[in-house]
Amino acid sequence: MSLTVERTDPTPTGPRDPGLSHRLAERGIDRTLLLLLPAVLFVALLFVYPFGYGLQLSFAPAEGGPLASYAAFFSDPYQRNTIWITLGLALPAALLNVLASVPIAYKMRGRFRGKRLLTIVLVVPITLGTVLTAQGLLNFLGPAGWFNKAVVGLGLADAPVQLVNNYWGVFFSLVITGFPFAFLLILSYLSGIDPTLEQAAATLGADWTQRFRRITLPLLAPGLATTFCLAFVLAFSVFPSAVLVGNPAGETRVLALAAYQAAYEQYDYSLASAIAMVMGAVELLVIAVVLLWRSRLYAGSTGGKG
Amino acid sequence: MSSAGAAPPGRFGELRLDGVGRRFAGKDALVELDLTIRAGEFIALLGPSGCGKSTALNCLAGLLPLTTGSIWQDERRIDTLPAEKRGFGMVFQSYALFPHMSVRRNIAFGLQMRKLPRAEVRRRTEEGVRLVQLEEHADKLPGQLSGGQQQRVAIARAVVLEPSLVLMDEPLSNLDAKLRLEMRTEIRRLHQSLGLTTVYVTHDQEEALSLADRLVVLRHGRVQQVGTPEQLHARPVNWHVADFMGFRNLMELEAAHVSGTGVDAEVAVRGEGLTLLGTATAAVSAGDRVVAAVRPEDVLVVEDAGGDNRIAATVEVVEYQGRELAVEVRTAAGRALHLRTERRLAPGDEVALTVERERLLVYPLAPGEQAPAPLVDAVTT
Repeated sequence: MSLTVERTDPTPTGPRDPGLSHRLAERGIDRTLLLLLPAVLFVALLFVYPFGYGLQLSFAPAEGGPLASYAAFFSDPYQRNTIWITLGLALPAALLNVLASVPIAYKMRGRFRGKRLLTIVLVVPITLGTVLTAQGLLNFLGPAGWFNKAVVGLGLADAPVQLVNNYWGVFFSLVITGFPFAFLLILSYLSGIDPTLEQAAATLGADWTQRFRRITLPLLAPGLATTFCLAFVLAFSVFPSAVLVGNPAGETRVLALAAYQAAYEQYDYSLASAIAMVMGAVELLVIAVVLLWRSRLYAGSTGGKG
Repeated sequence: MSSAGAAPPGRFGELRLDGVGRRFAGKDALVELDLTIRAGEFIALLGPSGCGKSTALNCLAGLLPLTTGSIWQDERRIDTLPAEKRGFGMVFQSYALFPHMSVRRNIAFGLQMRKLPRAEVRRRTEEGVRLVQLEEHADKLPGQLSGGQQQRVAIARAVVLEPSLVLMDEPLSNLDAKLRLEMRTEIRRLHQSLGLTTVYVTHDQEEALSLADRLVVLRHGRVQQVGTPEQLHARPVNWHVADFMGFRNLMELEAAHVSGTGVDAEVAVRGEGLTLLGTATAAVSAGDRVVAAVRPEDVLVVEDAGGDNRIAATVEVVEYQGRELAVEVRTAAGRALHLRTERRLAPGDEVALTVERERLLVYPLAPGEQAPAPLVDAVTT
């Protein structure tokens, strides 16, 4: 104690204050930080508080110990299976969205006539709500839809193919709504890769598959990982299409639906919160795995300007 | 050095560009380029930006399809081959090093693409690393290297394949002045030791003169002149080339009197209150509009104001350049002239200048052709 007293600054209070604020400013702490305040408040009020409240609620079931809601969820196969049902929808849909975006974005990164129009066509599904997409799918792929009329009419099948009100209906819906996000992100990642790198590889004797595999893909991979995470999160929280074009009682009873039913059909808020927490944990787990893989990749400059 | 006799596979005796042209969106970027490149030669494509030199290089590399013409490697037509089948090495202005690969892997890339045995890839990669003296940095990523080191990696990556032709697109333009000089020597040294046929694109006439065996000067996509450094330095074919080759003093005058005919005739030119004797570079007759061109180092300061080829002028700007001064003077008619001198001149000094008859080149000016640098600023000062 006495040591600290001896070591106080010899100069009295006056000139010490500007020195302190200067030192803080050098570490990026100054009054402009106040601009962060609205965002911090927003996050605190609309994310941190509801999350904390839900977490607390999940450990406070109406009867039983603090873990009773989780126990109820995991002990009931009908509930537990929703994890696999949701993963079974979200993982393939996100993967397909990312993989389908790569060749299209790869072809579209240069300048060509009609690029804007094509981009608009590819991106328009973003503006359509899930409900509108579901409506369209029901009309198009339903038993009396154009697609099945054509299939039956051409004699490719004896009876209409079941493509809605089951797994495939939800899967198509996820692809239609998720693809534009993945495509736009990957297009911007690809545009950031300097095209002279591929030209250099060409002059060194690499054909286009080698150029793609050895140059473009490694530089794009971190972007693919990020895009996959976002596409996955988007697909994982599927809810309306699971009800509208899926089979909500069976094969497309996803986590979000289970949580909804717990909350608004059984009025068990604790179980609903527990399901929401499980949902979050599964998402974080998948993202952690992907980002762990991403951290092992080269993630520096890709030579592009800007 | 490569000789025509025991040429390794892929080597050629000569590479012929036959009427090569390229249009972008209806605009000619390169027109009718005819050029024969002999094995072992160092060719510089020289010209201001937008003259088509990079277009020509990209056409040669196979990165741009030709609009017209053809390219022949001896008797084999190669302009239809994609870049990866031509076996030319290229050094890019931005270096275009693969950012996710170490120096060693960058240099090995082309060898691996050729499917060479692993031991040979390793041996030749190490040779390449040693050639550009980057042994200490071989495991670093390009982002960890300085500009000059990145440039050396780019050169090693291109030459390690022993390509039949090396293409260089302004490789030194991103380096600072000191490094540029060092790398220039290095490129010349590499060319001398490996004897690789090289096509080098630059807008820097000094770089082109010091490196190349032959220069091709381009302007607006058209070849202006092909020749050795000496030819281009001493006798540019037209005043555009002269302007580009360092003839900073270009005066639009009138031919007053011609003694002799055709090239090398003695021409008296007149205008702006001056009468000067010069050498015709093409047929000139009395009364023609001409451009008289002279290098700053050929404008001499003399003591006596009397005599032939005298110009009276006032010193305006003096730049210290070590042993010499670069001086801008203005004649009575308001014409700015540039000269270099060892005399310690100061702004405001009245000087008498002279130009030797052989050093003042007289170019005919086509009817309607825009004259170089008309006397616009004479009015404002």
